[in-house]
Amino acid sequence: MPIDLVANVVIAGVLTGLVYGLMALGLSVIFGVVRVVNFAHGEMMTIAMYATVALFAAFRLDPFVAVVPVAAAFFVFGYALQAGIINPFITRPEHAQFMLVLAIAIIMVNGLLMAFGPDARNVQVDYQLESFALGPVLVDKARLYAAGTALAVSAALFAFFKFARIGKAIRACADNYLGARVVGLDVKRYYAFTFGLGSACVAVAGCMMILLVDVSPALGPAYTLLAFVIVIVGGLGSMGGALLGGVLIGVSEALAGLFITPSAKSMFSFGLLILVLLFRPQGLLGRKP
Amino acid sequence: MRRRQFNRALAAAGVAAGLAPFGMVRAQARKLRVGVLLPRSGVQALIGQSCQKGADLAPGVIRQLLGVDIEIVNADTESNADTARTRAERLIQEGAHVLVGAFDSGHTAAIAQVAEQRGIPHIINIAAAPQITEQGYKFVFRNFPTAIDLTRNGLALMGEIFRATNTVPRSAVFMHVNDTFGQAMAKGVGALLPRLDFLPFKVLDTIAYDPAARDLTVEVSKAKAANADFLMLVCRLNDAIILRREMAKQRWNPMGIISPGSPGLYEEQYTRALGPLAEYAICNTVWFNPKSEMTKIVGAAFRKQNPKDVLDFHGTNVGYTFDAIMIAADAFKRARSTEPKALADAIRQTAIPVANRMSLGGAIRFNPKGQVEGNLSAAIQNLKGKPTVTLPAEFAEAKVVFPQPAYKKA
Repeated sequence: MPIDLVANVVIAGVLTGLVYGLMALGLSVIFGVVRVVNFAHGEMMTIAMYATVALFAAFRLDPFVAVVPVAAAFFVFGYALQAGIINPFITRPEHAQFMLVLAIAIIMVNGLLMAFGPDARNVQVDYQLESFALGPVLVDKARLYAAGTALAVSAALFAFFKFARIGKAIRACADNYLGARVVGLDVKRYYAFTFGLGSACVAVAGCMMILLVDVSPALGPAYTLLAFVIVIVGGLGSMGGALLGGVLIGVSEALAGLFITPSAKSMFSFGLLILVLLFRPQGLLGRKP
Repeated sequence: MRRRQFNRALAAAGVAAGLAPFGMVRAQARKLRVGVLLPRSGVQALIGQSCQKGADLAPGVIRQLLGVDIEIVNADTESNADTARTRAERLIQEGAHVLVGAFDSGHTAAIAQVAEQRGIPHIINIAAAPQITEQGYKFVFRNFPTAIDLTRNGLALMGEIFRATNTVPRSAVFMHVNDTFGQAMAKGVGALLPRLDFLPFKVLDTIAYDPAARDLTVEVSKAKAANADFLMLVCRLNDAIILRREMAKQRWNPMGIISPGSPGLYEEQYTRALGPLAEYAICNTVWFNPKSEMTKIVGAAFRKQNPKDVLDFHGTNVGYTFDAIMIAADAFKRARSTEPKALADAIRQTAIPVANRMSLGGAIRFNPKGQVEGNLSAAIQNLKGKPTVTLPAEFAEAKVVFPQPAYKKA
């Protein structure tokens, strides 16, 4: 097997994995703080992808520019969703939360079908078909830019939770719900803020993902599943774990496609999931309950 | 009403119902209800919608030509075999006298099972998996080449392309979708290629991929690494677009892309999505006969119903779907009945001459397995943004271009 072929495939896997990681990061942040599993996560990313397509069609807005309004809109949407619909379910049984979020996901898929129809759509930017040549290794420009953005946004999110006052308050709410209320924190407001942040994260991932794949309404459930695989492998609630899980899934799928057979790629991500569940159920970077 | 009177009335109603067989009720219908099953949403939506155009214009054209009234009842298979099966069941419950469809081999196989179990004729518009007409079914009929015939015709045309362009490619990499159709085609290529001495190339690598794949980076990397002269491709539409984009990203410019017979490369969406990248792709596939009288009639109806569309992009899908409905209407006219067995018997006796079919091939006659033999292929190449017949010479609209101008010898 030529080394440049392996290098090409591994680099593509790492870069795609970073975008996957950013998508899963939103899911992990929301679960880590709010303790609600967002089963509409992939569907939200699909909406962000459609929003990017619409902005590109209407104003020729590059996805790297569109990321600002789309993420802002998703922050507001996520905040409102948590404050208006999910907060009343926080103390209810998990199956009630599950049904609620699943219903939202179904509404989103059908809404997209009604609005855009079943056809796949994409954006056509100038650099989409270009690549950087590093000797015999070719690096897809769009993929590299998307991965760079995913890394930058992840770093900003880490810094926010580590250093910002609101970030620290959110971590306090996640660590001890009662304690946070005792010291006077408005926990539900911080929950809504966190859901907004997670939604903005997935919106950025959607803006990047549209450079790599075409979007159709049916894509949502597939990405929800993928996000779950990634956060379970990385550790549900762990931000670093989400990024690591994304890269691991991206690379394992790429290598499995190269060395075994491309049509069995996704089988390996599920194989990895089973191994992690068997030998490290809390995920690679997750904490034991 | 007393209890005894009520019981007698109930018994009489039961006997009456028993003496009025379902078929007799059907036979009284003046209209033929044709259940058309196509993937109008999901991953194959664009091609399903293209086929639908043939179904939409069929009632008007057939009434004008045969004086037969037909009613089209549409069902969306959603690009899913299970949905195809349940939709076929529902169409039969709703009184469809005959089923037509369903573009995809996997979906078609599921519908054929239902049709056979329920004893309702099923005329396949497009589906190539050979096993569908190898099951001994009595109610399933296909006017479309099997994957073996499609591959044989496609490979023969490849030889003609090389002769016409005076080229001798020595190697190919073969990529194919891994659905029912793709696997049937791959089997056909594997079985036929070693026996065709006139083809100068060897297949260096075979790569199967998921037709619903969102990313084909690995597949294209692997194919490029084979360092073959040209890419032999059996694809669908969405994957063909993703694959071509990935080839551009990876700066892979082989002599050309040639399909031995599959959809995708000649579709309007392929050209619209890829622009100049769509140029020079060749597909040796079933096509419509540009010189047949029926093409002129259907073409006029098509332009009236779809003023913004170009027939060249939809001709195959429209032609084969229209022909399938035409076969049903012709059988209905001869059988003078909508009774399923009478209809099936009449379909078996079909003899539609070349001039009365839109698709390219000989007269439509079913063999004992329910298969029409003698459907032909043409080499279709995207030239100046339009699928153009380049071979066989008698139908050619332009000369075939091979290798493509961007070809760089590795």
